[in-house]
Amino acid sequence: MSTAPGSASELRADLAVIAAHIEPGTRVLDVGCGDGALMAALLGKGCDVRGIEIDGALVETCVARGLSVVQGDADRDLVDYPDHGFDYAVLSQTLQTAERPDLMLTELVRAGRRAFVSFPNFAYWRMRWALLRHGRMPVTRHLPVSWYATQNIHHVTVHDFEALAQELGLAIERRWFFTDARELTASGANWRAEYAVFEVSARR
Amino acid sequence: MSENYHPQKLPGPLALDGGGALTDVAVAYETYGTLAPDRGNAILLCHALTGDQFVASAHPVTGKPGWWARMVGPGKPIDTDRYHVVCANVIGSCMGSTGPSSLAPDGEPYAMRFPVITIRDMVRGLVGLLDTLGIERLHAVVGGSMGGMQALSLAANWPERAARVLAIATTARHSAQNIAFHEVGRQAIMADPNWRDGNYYGDEERPGAGLAVARMAAHITYLSEDGLTEKFGRRLQDRSEKTFGFDADFQVESYLRYQGSGFTKRFDANSYLYITRAMDYFDLAEEHGGKLAQAFAGTDARFCLVSFDSDWLYPTAESRHVVHALNAAGAPVSFVELSAPFGHDSFLLDIPALDRVAKGFLE
Repeated sequence: MSTAPGSASELRADLAVIAAHIEPGTRVLDVGCGDGALMAALLGKGCDVRGIEIDGALVETCVARGLSVVQGDADRDLVDYPDHGFDYAVLSQTLQTAERPDLMLTELVRAGRRAFVSFPNFAYWRMRWALLRHGRMPVTRHLPVSWYATQNIHHVTVHDFEALAQELGLAIERRWFFTDARELTASGANWRAEYAVFEVSARR
Repeated sequence: MSENYHPQKLPGPLALDGGGALTDVAVAYETYGTLAPDRGNAILLCHALTGDQFVASAHPVTGKPGWWARMVGPGKPIDTDRYHVVCANVIGSCMGSTGPSSLAPDGEPYAMRFPVITIRDMVRGLVGLLDTLGIERLHAVVGGSMGGMQALSLAANWPERAARVLAIATTARHSAQNIAFHEVGRQAIMADPNWRDGNYYGDEERPGAGLAVARMAAHITYLSEDGLTEKFGRRLQDRSEKTFGFDADFQVESYLRYQGSGFTKRFDANSYLYITRAMDYFDLAEEHGGKLAQAFAGTDARFCLVSFDSDWLYPTAESRHVVHALNAAGAPVSFVELSAPFGHDSFLLDIPALDRVAKGFLE
């Protein structure tokens, strides 16, 4: 998948694919926006972008960059956003940290007409191998923190996500799979993909 | 002292929320930096309860540096090399703007004949000043504490007047606890025998004792328990033993007495009554049909709210309440809770994170 030229080119691969597929001039809510890298790229596409971030230091960075970011907890604060106030809601590498990922997904497609969700795939073969071989919770490039300190409290696989989307009545519009920063085909993605990006919408 | 003030007479009477109007209104103000030819670089700074227009220049009574000199000036976060900063004394106050110590049309001081005013009335006065200065649209309106209330009020009631709103350590409504502390202060003033129902302007004696107690009580609410413990603990003041009397044995007592008595030299007791009343009456949602989101329905400004984790006067929840309303109204809003040990007063103190946020937001 080619990414948008210019501003989006230095983004992390999942953010680059999201930035490339958001229509210019749309309204976007970035949930768990971090340092605002995606927001800055989207501003460059003429989007009206808002962010939510729990980490005060990152919020400060964003505000100092001139981005509209609210310090808050997505688990609690998403409900305050009006229905379909945004064209897109983005949840990058945050689903697995949610208290209730199912409720967060529901809120996501309520606040936005469509949602982009990226997450590390716990069924990636290196994970399986590490668990099988060592019998220990894997610590990898994409999940670098030990089980007792990680914020990732709800590990998820590609198949799990697809099943949950089905259960919640979400339509999967598009999907992208990556290992390292390289995009993969969809075949065997649950084995082969280190992380995934899904575009979903509430089924009409 | 009045030659240090620059009062601007407003051309017409000022209609008031409580009914009636105030005539011959003067709004005293200071400016810093140059107004651009297109008049697009003006920032209105709104002061807090006991603040004034001397935001970045020496106070004419105390000689102390401006109350936000660390934030406002050449090369500072609110950069007067780039922005034209306007700061005005609110009506009801006592630094050159019309207030209870001003002369009424009958030539006598208003005293308690001054009408009870609201935050919106204060802002009405500020907007009147902007009109006379030919500033139609502000680059930003900025304020902390009561200044933040004015900033929010301006955004809600004159939405076309400001492109950016920076509201720090503030609230959209006074809580029961806020009102309670103010009532203690007002009762202290009114219990002072020198207050004489507010008619003390011709007297030798002023209700300084009452005003000092009011300030002492309020000052505690501006600090934090940790801050007080760190600064004073249980340390004794210039003595090694307790005196078993009621002198200021403890450093914290001595500090509060100093704060109280210093305050009486620069502030009018009746102004304190009127301004605290205006703050207590402040409820932005109530003004707009009970829904705070409704207050911001007409805005196209960008907002930034900042709270401090040690501020128990206007705690983070109050800022969040405003942020939720702004989100519901679809307004672009930033919010950050900064970590600072100094309680409510943090917004006036050396918090580098606040500088970065203010600078970045105003760009």
